[in-house]
Parts: sequence; structure tokens; C-alpha cells
Amino acid sequence: MATLRKPKTDLADVAFFNLTRATAVLTLLMLGGIIVSLFYGSWPSIKEFGLSFLWTSDWNPPMEKFGALIPIYGTLVTSLIALLIAVPVSFGIALFLTELSPIWLRRPLGTAIELLAAIPSIVYGMWGLLFFAPLFSKYVQPFLSATLGNVPVIGNLFQGAPLGIGILSAGIILAVMVIPFIASVMRDVFEVTPPMLKESAYGLGATTYEVVWSVVLPYTKAGVIGGIMLGLGRALGETMAVTFVIGNTNFLNSVSLFAPGNSIASALANEFAEADAGLHTSALIELGLILFLITFLVLAASKFLLLRLARQEGAKT
Amino acid sequence: MSATSPTAPGMPSESVDRSGFKATPDAGLRRRRKIANKVALSLSLIAMSFGLFWLMWILLTVLQYGVGGLSLTLFTQMTPPPGTAGGLANAIAGSVIMVGLATLIGTPIGLLSGIYLAEYGKHTWLGSATRFINDILLSAPSIVIGLFVYAIYVAQVGSFSGMAGVIALALIVIPVVVRTTENMLQLIPNTLREAAFALGAPRWKVISKVTVRASSAGIITGVLLAVARISGETAPLLFTALSNQFWSLSLNDPMANLPVTIFKFAMSPFKDWQELAWAGVFLITLGVLLLNILARAVFKHKVSG
Repeated sequence: MATLRKPKTDLADVAFFNLTRATAVLTLLMLGGIIVSLFYGSWPSIKEFGLSFLWTSDWNPPMEKFGALIPIYGTLVTSLIALLIAVPVSFGIALFLTELSPIWLRRPLGTAIELLAAIPSIVYGMWGLLFFAPLFSKYVQPFLSATLGNVPVIGNLFQGAPLGIGILSAGIILAVMVIPFIASVMRDVFEVTPPMLKESAYGLGATTYEVVWSVVLPYTKAGVIGGIMLGLGRALGETMAVTFVIGNTNFLNSVSLFAPGNSIASALANEFAEADAGLHTSALIELGLILFLITFLVLAASKFLLLRLARQEGAKT
Repeated sequence: MSATSPTAPGMPSESVDRSGFKATPDAGLRRRRKIANKVALSLSLIAMSFGLFWLMWILLTVLQYGVGGLSLTLFTQMTPPPGTAGGLANAIAGSVIMVGLATLIGTPIGLLSGIYLAEYGKHTWLGSATRFINDILLSAPSIVIGLFVYAIYVAQVGSFSGMAGVIALALIVIPVVVRTTENMLQLIPNTLREAAFALGAPRWKVISKVTVRASSAGIITGVLLAVARISGETAPLLFTALSNQFWSLSLNDPMANLPVTIFKFAMSPFKDWQELAWAGVFLITLGVLLLNILARAVFKHKVSG
């Protein structure tokens, strides 16, 4: 379009261009603003505790002693549990939607899975606390203790009082919440695999599973990992659902996944509005900063991988 | 994709012939591959059912417990103190006001920014950077947005307020609208732009009268999805709008809203409060699902027509 001669310099044209550009700059400023304001807000806490904030576990507002280990641990472990469950399930769903399902069912089923992402997280939280947790403690946790609990090494993870709420419950609910994100990215990238590649494999006599596992998956590897990272980013920052079921305690003295814990987001949700100005608020803002930096890195990696797949796709067609 | 079936018609007779011709280990291998395929496809079916199972369970629970709490007083009475009857009128009004204002503020900014990305900044440094950052903000934890607004607004003004809630929600609307606007504008064929340019239209007119208009259905879809998203957002309101147990329409005071009220009531041990929370959850879920379905319908209508 650059070759077109402009009619004449239109003032409205210049104004409109600058207006749109200003709003784009606004987006960049917002990111900058978030980082700067969080850093500024957490400065008293950073100065007081230094890097040891990351690996001490005292969280004692009256004594003004703060360490982030337990919320960080809770955030990472619940997200990890979520991914361990969500990744294989999402792969199965994407496989079903792209290869197995009858064509007329693909759209409604895909929409149904996407609706899982539309349900507000507070609904997950309330349902998780009042319906999922009681059933989980009554049937699933005793079963896990009786089976996995006796396996050497990992057995310790599945022992302890079956409270229903705790790190494992939070991880499972998070898994349900991130499945739609991972599954829809996987489905979308599976669909960009050139039909020629798949048909060649089918022509050689490969089974459906072999085509997906050895042709589609390697071709879309970057996109699939990008989708998983996107899910991880979502899981790390999820607040309300986790707040309802994780138990919100800052004491953790066993490795059991049945134990209640805390996550960064739920510590903020529970304490921030009532925190005293000063070190307590500052420590909470530092938690927010840590969360933002972790999710930023994860989401940036995800975006980068998805872009790479798109570029590779662009280069081939 | 009818090629999915490994035993397409016409294939079996030939493969039977060949397996007879070859040595026996081949037949064993074929059986193992077939079994592996069956197992994998069954697992994929189970995964699909697993996903649908949660959706059904959650929706049925919400329906069962939410419908019971519905009544006219829900919309006419204020949130009660524990132990007395009441409604959610102030929370519903607060939510509608905040979501409405946030959409009014966020949509134009997101729209203009999306226009810049699609029409001007396709290959510029600013365009690429904004696109990258926008996609990250799209998935950034919403509680951090709440912290940000607390730091730049609540802490400066000195009190929690409805306005702070509006700002927090608007900041969540913007990335959603930017993303859909850009995507939709990219679908407009360049010939359409060239035709308008050839008629001598200045660029801003080409964009506002031709490309944006042509992609309006898609952009409306994006706005509806953004509204759906912020209607259920709780985390960014916890320390911006806070909540208010009374009727208040002032944007300078803490403002009642459905999500935070549900959070407070659901975590409480009081029976009345929990029932109200279920009714609130039902309203939000219904609203969000309807918006999602409406958004899809608008988009589908545009694609097919």
C-alpha cells in the first residue's frame, strides 16, 4: 500500500493514526506500570528481607516476619499437579476432536470444552469447597492412601488426614480449569498439520494413533508446548478457585499433598484488604511481584513457541 | 477425514493376501499396532468424557442449588446481615454498573489499539512489541491487575472505591478487545482496502467506514466475550471496589458487587448467606454462558452470511 499516492495530507488522517498509536503505547505503558508499581510497593519488604524472602517460611504479621516459601511452594505444586492431569487429558480431547469425532459433533463438543473455560473461577471455588471436597475426602483420599500411599518414596505424598481441602484438591480443580486452554490450543495446532503429511502416513498403513503420535505431534511440537505453557500460566495465577479449596494456612510441616497450604494468589486474596500498611502490605505486594514475574516468563515462553510454529507454518505454505 | 480408519473398505482383502504371503511375526506386529491404536483411541474417548463430566457436574450443581434461591426479593432487597432474609439487589446493581462502565472505557481503547496493530503497525517495532505484551496481559493473573490498581489509584486516593473496580475491570477488557479486533481486521481481504483507496478515500475513512465496518460482527463477539470474562472476575475487585453491604451508587465509595459478595457469603457458616451465594452463582453462570453463546451466534451469523 506504500506505493499508493496519498490524496493530500489529511489532518484527520494524522490525528487518527496518532490516536491509535497512542492507545498501543498505552498497552506497553501498562506492563511497565505494573512492574514499576509492584516493585515500588514491595521495596520496603525487599530491603528488609532481601533474597531470603524466597526461602524462609515464617509468615507472622504481628511479629513482622515474612517469608514466601509456603505460598511459592503451594503455587508451584498445585500448578504442577494440574499439568500432570491436564496435559494427557487435553491431548486425548484434541485427538478426539481432530481425528475421532464425527464431523457434526466436533463443533458442539469443542464448544462444550471451551465453556469449561467460561465458567467463572468463583463458581469452581464454591462448587469445589461444598461438593468436590466432601466427596473427595470421603471416597478418593482414603482410596489413594490405601493404594498409592503404600508405594515407597511417593507414598508419603498420599498420607495424612483426608480433609478434602488441601494442595491436591486445589491441583485437581486447577486441572479442570486449564484443560480447556490446553486442549483448544492443541486442537488448533493439530488442525494446521498439512493434510498431505497425514495422508502420506495413512497411505503407508499407519494407524490413527501412529499418525497423531509420530506425524502430527512432532510437526506441532512447538505449538503443543506453547499450549501447555499457556495452561501453566493460567494455573499459576488462578486465584478464587484455589482460595476456596487450598486451606489457606501458612504452616506446612509434611510433604503430604493432602495437607492444606497456601498459594501466592490466595494469600493476596485473603490478606491484602485487611493487611496493615507497612511491612505486611509490602510483603504481600512482593508476593504479587514474584507471581507476575513467574507468569510473565511462562507466558512469554508460550507466546514465543506459538509464534515459532506460526512462522514455520508461514514458511511452508 | 474419512481416512482415519485404518481398515478402509477395499483394504482388508489386500492386506490379508499380503499377511499370508509374509512371515508370521508380521501378523503379530500388526495385531499389536491395532491394539495400541484401539487403546489410544479409547483413552481419548475417556479424556473427552472426563472433560464433559466436570462441565455437567458443575452446571447441574449450580442449576440445582441456584434455582431454589431465585425469588423476586433477590432483586429488590439488600444483602442482609447474617441470620436474616434479604436479597442481592445492591450487589447486582453494583456489578452491572462496574461491568458496564469498564466495557465503555475498555472497548474504545482496545478497538483503537487493535486497529493500530492490524492497519498501521503490522511490521513496526511498536506493533510487534504491543502484540507480544498484549497477549501476555491477556493471560496475566487478574489479581495482579487488582494490586496494580490498588497501587496507582486506591493507595493514592486513600479509599476503596467503585471507580477503582471499574479501572481494574477495564484493564482486563482491553487485551481481549485488542486481540479480537486485530484478528478480525486481518481477515478483511486487502482488495477491499485497495478498492476504497482507489476511490480516493483517506486512510482513516477506509479504516472506519470499510474495514472496521466489515468486521463489526467479529469485533462485537470480542466485546461480548470481554463482558463475559469480567462479569465473573472476583480477584481484581477484592482490593479495589471491595464490597458494600448497603445500597450505594457512588463511584467514590466501596461498591457492592456479585463476585465479592458470593465469595464472602460462600465462605461463611451461615445458611442464609450460603443460599444467597448459590443464587448469585446461578445468576453469574447463567449470564456468562448466555453471553458466550450469544457471542458465538453473532460470529457464526457473520461467517455464514
